[in-house]
Amino acid sequence: MAGGAASGGSGAASETYKEARTLLLMPAWLTLIILVLSPVMLMLVYSFLTKEFRGGVIWDFTFAAYDQFFCDRGLFGDEGCTLEWTYITIFWRSIWQAGLATLLSLAIGFPTAYFIATRPANVRPLWVFLITIPYWVNLLIRTISMRFMMREEGPINNLLVGTGIIGEPLQMINTNFAVQVGLFYSYLPFMVLPIYAAVERYNFTLSEAAADLYASKWITLRRVLLPTVKPGVIAGCILVFVPSLGAFLAPDLLGGAKNFMIGSLIEEQFKGNAGNWPFGAAASMILLTMVLIMLMIYARQQSRANRGEA
Amino acid sequence: MASRKFDVRRYPGFAQLTVLCLLILYVPLLVVAVYSFNASASIIVFEGFSWRWYVDVFVGSDSAKFKEAAWNSFFIAIIAATVATTIATLAATGMVRGGFFRGRTLSFGLISLPLMVPEIVTAVATLIFFNSIAFERGIMTILLAHIAFCIPFAYLPIAARMQGIEDTYEQAAQDLYATKRQAFTKILLPLMMPGIISGYLLAFIISLDDFIITNFVKGAGVETLPTAIFGAVKQGIRPNIMAISTMLLGFSIVMVTISYFVSKRGDHK
Repeated sequence: MAGGAASGGSGAASETYKEARTLLLMPAWLTLIILVLSPVMLMLVYSFLTKEFRGGVIWDFTFAAYDQFFCDRGLFGDEGCTLEWTYITIFWRSIWQAGLATLLSLAIGFPTAYFIATRPANVRPLWVFLITIPYWVNLLIRTISMRFMMREEGPINNLLVGTGIIGEPLQMINTNFAVQVGLFYSYLPFMVLPIYAAVERYNFTLSEAAADLYASKWITLRRVLLPTVKPGVIAGCILVFVPSLGAFLAPDLLGGAKNFMIGSLIEEQFKGNAGNWPFGAAASMILLTMVLIMLMIYARQQSRANRGEA
Repeated sequence: MASRKFDVRRYPGFAQLTVLCLLILYVPLLVVAVYSFNASASIIVFEGFSWRWYVDVFVGSDSAKFKEAAWNSFFIAIIAATVATTIATLAATGMVRGGFFRGRTLSFGLISLPLMVPEIVTAVATLIFFNSIAFERGIMTILLAHIAFCIPFAYLPIAARMQGIEDTYEQAAQDLYATKRQAFTKILLPLMMPGIISGYLLAFIISLDDFIITNFVKGAGVETLPTAIFGAVKQGIRPNIMAISTMLLGFSIVMVTISYFVSKRGDHK
């Protein structure tokens, strides 16, 4: 995913199939415009429609979905708009959870990426491969395995009680902590890969120079290495934060009913009993807007970093 | 310079954290795999090795449900990966061998759109789309959604591979009076094969593993393996679920390993 930007821009352009270009690209354009782009546009339209009970919409334009999201209009719905906290709290909790999962991934992912990037060049691909394998294992199965590990009678509690570290099994499942760990576990490889790519390009003579000037290792890390590989770190954080924000499986299987996140809120509008499609579309639009803003900041940051390199 | 007292590259604790990282990634999967061979019906204690839950998956009370789900999953994954890889190969040729054109960045943005939009948003949008054109939900809706979603996953390794192949081979073929079509099918495609295979396998796994989009666009009564497993887990993690998960897990790992070695062999050529 992180390598994607490279395939978009540079590289000497070969023109072998210049005349056939439109024909070659047409199937991809059509498929993605019909099946991804226009559905997203349609979703925007749906978020301004009137809800039909038990799913679906009535084609009457209204701001009701956004009003429901942001406005508290009292018990009978006839008062003025005061800020409605229910859904903002869910979004805020999602941001918070995704943020903590990102920090946790960074704490483990950065040293791992650095360690791999400083191995001999011929064994690095194997290390990278080891880190990527879990990503290709079904996310559902990985989340189930986390649930299995953190159960009250699960292996983690058995180990801790068995070795006498704790007396009573810990309640881990159905807590915020379980969701954070689940998200961290789901997206950890995304943190390692871009940081690895950045550290691999890092010129270690900079560290040598810092050491020659009597900088300690940790000063060198903070003042020389980190600023240089910052684009990779930011890429990793975004790749973990963005999917965590809209995650459904980890909050659903590990968090229980009390630790609702955006993904569950949206799912409930289409699958559960609430059945409010325009509201689900509006919540999706708000999530999408947040993600796109983050990606735009990231893209600007990256292009600035690239210009800095040149 | 070289005789410095310490190695500037080495930081204490980083190796240990790397080991911790690998443990975190692999231990939960290993534990599930081990417990899938548990002789006991309990998921709490391990009481010796047994194949009984694997037998249960194939002949037990839920076997009909799982068989149908597995059939659906593989049918959808094979077709979705084939179509997505074909579309992605053509698109990569247009992007990498089509010279510069206005809208190239836009085109790339469109191709990677499914990676940028959160999956749950894609799921909602696709459901709304099929609903608005009154397209009945079922296998067909899952298939179409998967084709679109798999395109970038097939595209990225294919385009990366094509960028690594110089166009001199195709030029030479054309100098020897090969048509463009011949240069494409006889020269470029065979050279591209490692990238195409690796793209195909990745698209296949993405389709096989997808839960969120499938869960939204599937019709009532139509299940794929992930949605069937999810439904079963809601009633508690039973050992047969661990057996079926372990099989799926093993299958994905084998596929990714093949993809890795195919693309690696391609690099050395």
